[in-house]
This record gives sequence, structure tokens and C-alpha cells, in this order.
Amino acid sequence: MKWGVVSFPGSLDDRDALHALRDVLGQDAIALWHKDEALDGVECVVLPGGFSYGDYLRTGAIARFAPIMKSVARFAADGGLVIGICNGFQILCEAHLLPGALTRNRSLSFICEWVTIRVDNSHTAFTRAARDGELLRLPIKHGEGLYVAPDEELIAMEERGQVILRYVDERGRQSEDANPNGSMHAIAGVANERFNVFGLMPHPEHAVEPMLGGDDGLTLFRSVIASAA
Amino acid sequence: MSNAAVSIACEPKVDVEQARAHGLSAEEYRRIEQLLGRTPTFTELGVFSVMWSEHCSYKSSRRHLRMLPSRDESVVQGPGENAGAIDIGDGWLAVFKIESHNHPSFVEPYQGAATGVGGIIRDIFTMGARPIASLDSLKFGSFDHPRTRYLIGGVVGGIGGYGNCVGVPTVGGEVMFDAAYNENILVNAFCLGLARKGELFSAKARGVGNPVLYVGSATGRDGIHGASLLASAEFDASSEHKRPTVQVGDPFTEKLLIEACLEAMKTGAIVAIQDMGAAGLTSSSSEMAGRGGLGIELDLDRVPLRETGLSPYEMLLSESQERMLIVAERGREQELQRVFEKWDLHAVVIGRITADGRWRTLFGGQVVADIPVAALTDEAPVYDRPAAPPPVPSKPHATAPRAEPAPADALRRLLESPNVASKRWVYRQYDCLVQSNTVVEPGSDAAVLRIKGSRRGLALKVDSNPRACVLDPYLGAVATVCEAARNVACAGARPIGITDCLNYGNPERPEIMWQFIRGVEGIRDAALALKIPVISGNVSFYNETEGHAIPPTPTIAMVGLLDDVSQRVTQFFKRPGDRIVLVRTARPSLAASEYASLFGPLGEAELAPIDLTLEKSLLEALVAAAGRGLISSAHDVSEGGLAVALAEACFNSQSVLGAEVDQEGGELGSAEILFGEGASSVVLSVGGENIDRVHVLFAGYRLECRTIGTVTARPRLRIGSVIDEDTIELWRIYEQALPKRLERS
Repeated sequence: MKWGVVSFPGSLDDRDALHALRDVLGQDAIALWHKDEALDGVECVVLPGGFSYGDYLRTGAIARFAPIMKSVARFAADGGLVIGICNGFQILCEAHLLPGALTRNRSLSFICEWVTIRVDNSHTAFTRAARDGELLRLPIKHGEGLYVAPDEELIAMEERGQVILRYVDERGRQSEDANPNGSMHAIAGVANERFNVFGLMPHPEHAVEPMLGGDDGLTLFRSVIASAA
Repeated sequence: MSNAAVSIACEPKVDVEQARAHGLSAEEYRRIEQLLGRTPTFTELGVFSVMWSEHCSYKSSRRHLRMLPSRDESVVQGPGENAGAIDIGDGWLAVFKIESHNHPSFVEPYQGAATGVGGIIRDIFTMGARPIASLDSLKFGSFDHPRTRYLIGGVVGGIGGYGNCVGVPTVGGEVMFDAAYNENILVNAFCLGLARKGELFSAKARGVGNPVLYVGSATGRDGIHGASLLASAEFDASSEHKRPTVQVGDPFTEKLLIEACLEAMKTGAIVAIQDMGAAGLTSSSSEMAGRGGLGIELDLDRVPLRETGLSPYEMLLSESQERMLIVAERGREQELQRVFEKWDLHAVVIGRITADGRWRTLFGGQVVADIPVAALTDEAPVYDRPAAPPPVPSKPHATAPRAEPAPADALRRLLESPNVASKRWVYRQYDCLVQSNTVVEPGSDAAVLRIKGSRRGLALKVDSNPRACVLDPYLGAVATVCEAARNVACAGARPIGITDCLNYGNPERPEIMWQFIRGVEGIRDAALALKIPVISGNVSFYNETEGHAIPPTPTIAMVGLLDDVSQRVTQFFKRPGDRIVLVRTARPSLAASEYASLFGPLGEAELAPIDLTLEKSLLEALVAAAGRGLISSAHDVSEGGLAVALAEACFNSQSVLGAEVDQEGGELGSAEILFGEGASSVVLSVGGENIDRVHVLFAGYRLECRTIGTVTARPRLRIGSVIDEDTIELWRIYEQALPKRLERS
């Protein structure tokens, strides 16, 4: 299938996403430029990690106004698949394509480490290659990954199954210690109500080769490929 | 051509006193007058003061650095450019360098460290290489010193804040705490990049009439006199006031600059390129012209500014970050400007290359500086400063041993010591993964990166050993080179190149100059014996406060090459049942050890001599053993000695293992054997099926190699009859030591 990875000024993991899709998964993946509006017929848009525009204001706050984001919003409204990873997740929240917001980690410092993630809804285009409750080892690397949303919104999201990924311990249990950034409900990834827009703080594109520490990230990309087929 | 330059209205009078205030000596001022044949303008005085500063001119170190071996068949670029380069095969060059940012980081830890990272990254992509990894060597004062927690928080925050945002992974480093750095911390930043063979860029101007382009951030008033007054002078009580001389970093712009420069280089329209680092516009323009034996003319009215009203003096001396100077092919300026516009960066023609060998700057249509280029570069002063060993040996006297702690207690205390304890608190704040090359993450002896599209890999390590250098600045330097080389060899990589950062006190003092020369001689002898070229480096003098110098601290960054990255080895035991093998080249001693620093100097305070032939054999044997897949793990014995190394090898992140260690003769009871350092020792674990082959291999290199125990699934570390500890508990002590100290309120 055809993927598009958006490069904003300050995007960093755009090359990693392209590497994962092209070199590891053998997909047709193109780079999309923030100043352009054309999506060139891609079937899934990836907003990558990084520090778009330096993130000197609020993470993702400026990127949402980039010309390409108009097209991404239209694409999502038409039911197109959109994945936001880390900074991409932050941008999707700022653009109101996803509920909630991402704020400074509980520790107030940047955290780079491998964590355990539980798939809590495997009935989506992004997780169908996983089982409910399946555990994935993925790395996080962010300073602002603490997910927040109003309580009533969280309850509704939980009921609708929009909480797709959660931080858990090695045995799959939620706990204070296993929640690296203090996210509400230990949320690591959410979808919109239509389940075609997905944001997550962990980096699946950095977990696609055993040599680099693990390949559990493939499960998420393969889910999308299976959905498109 | 007339040799005149006009002064700007309201500028201070220029005389010998003004020169002194700029850090120039009376003798140096006289030479400036001679070279110009007149009194310099205030602008020119400022220019001379930065170019003739220790930081830019290497005037005290230059003649000694020549003794370092910097050539061999693999070296594509040695010292003299922004960074050195080594051919690593498959059409790739490894481009790397280390640089200090000590004084700025002490005065303003976040920005000082951040801009140190930014500066070294620019040195790498200036060469046409994509920066792929950074390391940092950090020295802080004692943990109990009131400023230490503030400094470590700021420095680590700055390194992460810049490195994470610019997309270059920070894959390793070292952190040490010692009261000797209370008033002068060290921040040495290393960066490595990859360039295609034949596509290296240079900072040598060519082509009279070629335009000079200014690209990147606009110029502001930050960092003025960073090179001269901050980096090239001692600290005293007023140093806090030097905070405005520290630059402010903008990693977002740096990221754009990396992409824009690498893209612009592909056009073929760039003749020469250099970053505006220390002494900014002045050094980049004069050095590029100097290397090409040409002149350069700059029109300061065209320089992009952050605010109005900057004087020529301020523009020329500003160290605003994220700026580059480019000499372009005439007529192809617009091609380059289009690339920089795409990345929303300034790219302005501000001058041209001339034939007359002069460095000329115009402001408001008038010449404000007109200086022979050579006077700023090749003819800058070079000193052969007097050197003499200190009259009283600086080494601490051997004193009677204090009451020795029980070995198990000593092990716990060592694992809890900030110098030994896990540095996870630090490296967890750094993105070590971006660019998808990191195959051995921070926490093992050396970091290992794969090279995409190749079987090869690179192992990186930065080391220093100031305590040994205090006892003997020569042997300490030899030991540092050996240790850095051993660390990459433990990862299975053949050491191929060194970059050094030489941190010393005031070179105007003969005993400091002596320490420096002995240090350089030590690096030379080790590099020659181990056949590893020193391809780049940096000297940082004046690391002293109120006349009290830091310990001599040569920092060595070592790059190693793995022909097949799948043969990499880490320090952690892997399989219960594997045999534990100890290889060493000498008997360990407590001199300069962490044990001695915790429990008082015990016994000898002399460093043992180092047999460099054996050191070379050890490196070759380790690489051969890894290459043949004979070893499961290899860990260099360093701070804390054998007992700590065994414990660390048990701390496998998958699951903590244990070890049963025994040795005939009861030797394991002594503190020297358990906790001694400096014996070039390595702890290996080896599958039973390979143990005979490992012994034969190491014996072939005439190395002492003994099987001393077995890896166990049961998480206990038992060493003879003196230590029997739960390794999960030891691991907790090791992991929690830094967070406990740094996060308490």
C-alpha cells in the first residue's frame, strides 16, 4: 500500500518511519512536505516524531497550521487512515483530530526507554494484527507525553474502546511504576470515534528490527497493511 | 592597496591598557602594531584579541600537538580542518571530533552544555557528513558541593534539550564526580558523522571573486568574547558576571541548518564551508581565507541582525549560534539561496574572496578593519612556554591503611558511589534511538551503531582518568588511551581512531605546561604503540579558579570498527553455565582507585608501569575472540575493580544473573585483587564449548587468562569466601544511587 510520511521543519523520526516502511516492510512510502497540500494518493498518512517548529510554544501547536494539515484533516474526514507518533500524536491533539492533550511528563524530564504496552482494543485498523491484551515492547522518548482529557470524556472514550494502548508492567498490569509519564488511565495511544485516526507516544518505527532492540512495532504497521488489503 | 581602517565614532581609545583588558599581553600588542604598521582600530583590536586567544590560536599547545601521530593509510583528513575523517570501508568515511565547553557550562550550565553540543555537531556536518551519534564526558564537583546538583541538572538538561531536538542520538558518555572540579566542571562533547568517500567538504577558500554567503540564524549580541575572555582565562569570584558571554542555542534552527547544508552540498556550488563557532564571523572568514592563501572582504551592512545598532566590533565578535559561512562558485549563489529558502533560513551574500591576502571588513561604506589574513592565522603567536615538574611531587603520600571495610560492605559502598553507580538517570534523558542505528544502547562499555546498507558497525567510547593523571600525567594519559581502546575492543571492535580533548590549568604556569606536555607524550606513545591515529582534537587551558587547577584531564574518544556488526559483544553475562574468564596484563593496584578515594589511600600511591605491547595484544585478542564468536560477554574492569565488574556483568536487563567465583591460592581475599584498578583487566563469559579455544587464543597472545568461575541463574554473586550477595539487591543499590541523591528534595 502507499504511505505518506509528513516532514515538518523539526521533524526527526520522519526518516526512521520511511526506513521502517520502505526498507523493513517493503512498502511504497513517500515523504510529504509541510508546505505542500497534495497527499499524492497515499492510503495512510504518518505524522512522525520530532520537535516540529522547535516546539518552543506548545508541542504541535504550530505544526497544526501547516498547509499540509488542511489536507490531512480533509483526508481524515473522508475516512483516510492517519497515524501520529509522539510529536505527531501531539499535533493530532492540537488539530482536534484526536481528543485530549499531551503535557509535561510527571518527572518534568525527557524520558527515553523501552516500555511495555498493552493492546486494549485489537478491533481497529491499527491493531488488528494483535490480540486483545497482547503486550508489546516499544520505546518511548519524549518530554511531554502525559495524556490528559476531561473525566467525562475519558469515561466515554473507554466505553467506546478508543483507548487502544496502555502502559503496563511486564505482566500486563497497570501500575503507578509502570506508567512512565503519569498519563491518565495509563494511556499510551488513542483513536478518534471513527477509529481512522490513531495517536501514540511510543515509537513503533523504532521497533522493527531485532538488532535495534525489538520488532514489536511491526504488529501495528502490519495491522494497517492488513486493513488496506 | 591602502592599509588604513577608520575608527567608529565613540569607540574606546586603543592602547596597551585596552589591549590588556582584551586579554592580550603588551608584547602581543606591540606585534600587532608592527604587523599593521600603525595603531589598530578598536574593531581590529577586538579581532586580534579573539584570533590570538589561546582558544583560537592554540598558541601554547600548537608546537606540542605536532608530536601526535595523525597519519596512516586510513586517515583521509587529519587535524587542521573542522574535524578528522577515517576511511571505514564500503565507501564510507567516519568524521569525528571532540570539543570542550567547560567555562560556559560552569557559568550557565544549560546553555553552555547545549551550545557545546550544537558546536560540535556543526563541525561534523560542515565536513559534508551527516551527524549520527554524540557522546559526552562530564566532570562535576563533589556530590556534597552545593552547586553540583544545579550544575548536573543544567548540563544534562542542556545536552538533552539540544541533542534530542536536533535529531542526533546521544549514545554514551561518562560522568565523574570529584571535589577537584568543584569550581571548574568539564563538559567535553563528541560527535561522529558519516560521509561518502570523495564527498568530504573543506574550509579552504578558492577562487578570487567567489561570493561569500552567510547562512543560518541572524547575529545578535550573545557570546561576545566567549573565546577570549571566557575560554582563555582563569576563573575568579567575578566569573558569574561572564554569563552574557555564554551563547544561547536554538536546536530547531540547527536541525534546519543540517538538512539545508547537506542538501546545498549536493548542488556542487559550494567551494568551502565553515561554521561560525568561537570568534564567529571573524574566525570563519579569516581561517577559510588563510587556508586558501587568499584574502576576503566582508560588508557588515549585509549581515542579518537580530536587533539594530550592532557595532562592527559586536558583529565580528558575536558568537551567536547556528550560523555558517560559505564560499560559493561565482554565479551559483541563487542555486544555494533556493535551498536555504526551502528551509526558511537566511542565505545572504556578504562578501567575496580577494587575491590580496587581506582580511578587510566594511561598515557604512568605510573600511573598519584591514589586516593581513596571515597575521590572524599563521602568524599568530606560538609560544614555547617553560615547563617544569612541580618542585614537591603532587602525588599524595602513601599513608597507613585505615581500617579496611569488609569486602561485601566495600562492594555495596562502591556500587552506591556516584562514580560507579548506574548513570541511567543521566542517559535516560537523552534520545539514543533516533536515526535507527543504535544496536548497543548506553549502559554497556561502548555504544555500537550499525551502518545502514553495510555489514559494518562502529563502537564509540569516551574515557578519562584524572586520578591517575594526578599521580603521573604521562602514565595517566597512556592508561586513558589504553582504557578507551580496550572498551571498544570489548565490544568486538578494532580501535581505528582517536580524538582528544586536553583539559588543563593555566599554561603560563610551568608545572601545568609540564603536565600538558607529559600528557601529550603519553597519548603519543600509546597511540604509536597501539597504531591508532589521533585525527582531531581540542585543547582547553585555564581550567582553574583562584589559582587552583583541575587535575590534568586528557579525555580520549575512541572509535572502533566492527567488520560485521552482528559480532558485537556487550558487557552483560548472557547464559547461566557460561564460564567466567579473567584476562589481565598486570597486577591491579589501589593507586588512583575509587576504593582508595572512598576508604582512604591505602598502600602504594604509584601507578604501575604499562606494557604497551601486551596492551596491543589484549586488543587484538579481544577483537579476534569476538570475531570468531567465542565469547558471550566482555567487560572492562575499571572503577571499583574486579568485584564491581563482576557485579555489573550480572546486571543483564533481561534478568539479573549471578556468578560463582573461586580461585586457587586464596588471592581473592585481598583488596588489591577485588577492588584494584589499572591492570588492563577484562572479565569475559564463555560458553563451555568454547572455553578451551579462548584459552588457546589468549595464550597465543601471551596474555594471562584464567577461568575464575561460572555464571549462575540464581541471582547471587559469590566471590571466594569473602563476598556472597544477592545481585538483585546489588542491582537496586547500583540503579537507585543517582536518583536517590539527585531527586531528594
